[in-house]
Amino acid sequence: MDRQGNTYTFLYASVMVIVVAAILAFLAQSLKPMQDKNAAVAKKMDILKSVQIESTAADAEVKFEKYIGSNAYVLNINGEKQSGMEAFTVDLAKEVKKSDAERAYPIYECKLDNGSVKYIIPVRGKGLWGPIWGYVSLNDDKNTVFGAIFGHKGETPGLGAEITTPMFQDPFKGKQLFDQGGSFASIEVVKQGQSQGDLHKVDGISGGTITSVGVGTMLEDCLVGYEKFLKN
Amino acid sequence: MSSEKEPLFSAKNLKLITTPLGAQNPITIQVLGICSALAVTVKLEPAIVLSISVMFVTVFSNLIISLLRNTIPSRIRIIVQLVVVASLVIIVDQVLKAFAYEVSLQLSVFVGLIITNCIIMGRLEAFALGNKPWPAVLDGIGNGAGYGFILIVVAFFRELFGTGNLTLPGLGAIQVIPDVFYEWGYANNGFMILPPMALVVVGIIIWVQRSRDKDLIES
Repeated sequence: MDRQGNTYTFLYASVMVIVVAAILAFLAQSLKPMQDKNAAVAKKMDILKSVQIESTAADAEVKFEKYIGSNAYVLNINGEKQSGMEAFTVDLAKEVKKSDAERAYPIYECKLDNGSVKYIIPVRGKGLWGPIWGYVSLNDDKNTVFGAIFGHKGETPGLGAEITTPMFQDPFKGKQLFDQGGSFASIEVVKQGQSQGDLHKVDGISGGTITSVGVGTMLEDCLVGYEKFLKN
Repeated sequence: MSSEKEPLFSAKNLKLITTPLGAQNPITIQVLGICSALAVTVKLEPAIVLSISVMFVTVFSNLIISLLRNTIPSRIRIIVQLVVVASLVIIVDQVLKAFAYEVSLQLSVFVGLIITNCIIMGRLEAFALGNKPWPAVLDGIGNGAGYGFILIVVAFFRELFGTGNLTLPGLGAIQVIPDVFYEWGYANNGFMILPPMALVVVGIIIWVQRSRDKDLIES
C-alpha cells in the first residue's frame, strides 16, 4: 500500500489509537486498586495528623484502627447519626455541592492515649486555583480546636501553599467555634496581625489572601452543619 | 548492512551513550529540559525519580519509534511520536501513583510535563526516526542519563546547602551537615531552595564544563 496515501495514514492512525487506548485502559484498571489504597492511606495519615499523631504510610492503617477504628459515623443536619453510611467513604467533594440540609456530615471520634476524646471533622472548599481541604479536630467540649491540618491541590508555592505548614496551622489550636453566647462563630482567617487575642480569628498568609480567605469560608461552610451535633 | 557484524557495544555505539553525558549534554549544551531542572531539584529524591522516569520515556519512545520508523506516514509522524510519548508518560504516572505515592505527589505535574520535555521529541526526530532500534535505545539511555545526571548534581548541591540534608529514595532525609557545624555558626542557605538558584547552579556547571573543554566555547 502507498505509505504516503490518505487511506494508509487514516488506517495507521486509527489502529495506533485503538492499540494505545487498550493498553492504557488495561494498565489503569489493573493499577487502580493499589492507587485507591494509597489515597486511602494518605487520607488516614491526614486524619491522624489533625490530632497530632504522626504516622507513616507503613503504620497509618494500624494507628487509624487503634485510635479511631469504627468510631466514625455520618450525621445529618440535625446531628442525628445516619445508618448505612460509612464516614470514611463519604466523598466530600460531592457533598459540599449539596444544600446544607441534604449533606452528609462525616465525623471521626478519636480516643488518644491519655483517654481524652477528640472529634475530627473533615472540611473541603475552594482555594485560588483549585480545591483545598483539611481536618479540624475538636476537644471533648466540642468547641475548642485541638488541631487543624490543611491540604490543597495546586495553590501557589510559597504563598497559598503555605496553608500546609505548621506556621499557618498551629495558631488554630485553642481557637473556639462558638462565641460566649453559644452561637456559631466559626474561625475567620484575617490579615496578618489582626487576630491577636481573638478566639475566632487566625492570621492569614500575606500574598496568599484568596487561599487564606478560602480556608475561612471553607471552615464556616463545612462546620456550620455540625452545629446541632456540637451543641449537644 | 547487517547489525550482526557490528558488536553491540562497539566504539560507535558506546559513543551514543557517552556524548550526551558530556559534549552533547541535553541540559548544559543543548539547553533543553531546563524547566523541570528548575522545579524538581530542591530535593534529591524527586530529582532521582524524575530522572529515572525521563530515562524510561527516552529509552522506550526511541525504541518504539525506531521499530516503527519505516511504517510511520511522514505527514503524521509528529502525532505518532506524541501519542507514543504521551502513552509512556501516562504509564510512568500511573505506576508512580501505585508504587511511589508520596513521590508522585511531590512531582505532581512534572511527570505529566515529561511529554513537553524537548529532549524526548528532539531525540525522536533527530535520531530514532533514522536509526535502528539498538542504537536508538543506546541514544535514549545516553540522553536520559545526561539529563538525569545534571538534575541529580543540581539537586545534590541545592538540598545539601539549602537544608543540610540529602533525601534518598527509600531512606528518607539524611542529615549530612553535622550539628556541630551549626553550633559553630554555619547556617543553611535558604536561597538555594528557591528556583533562581537552580539556574545559577546549572550556570556554574556549564561554566566548569566549558572551561575544561575549550571546544565547547562558541566563537
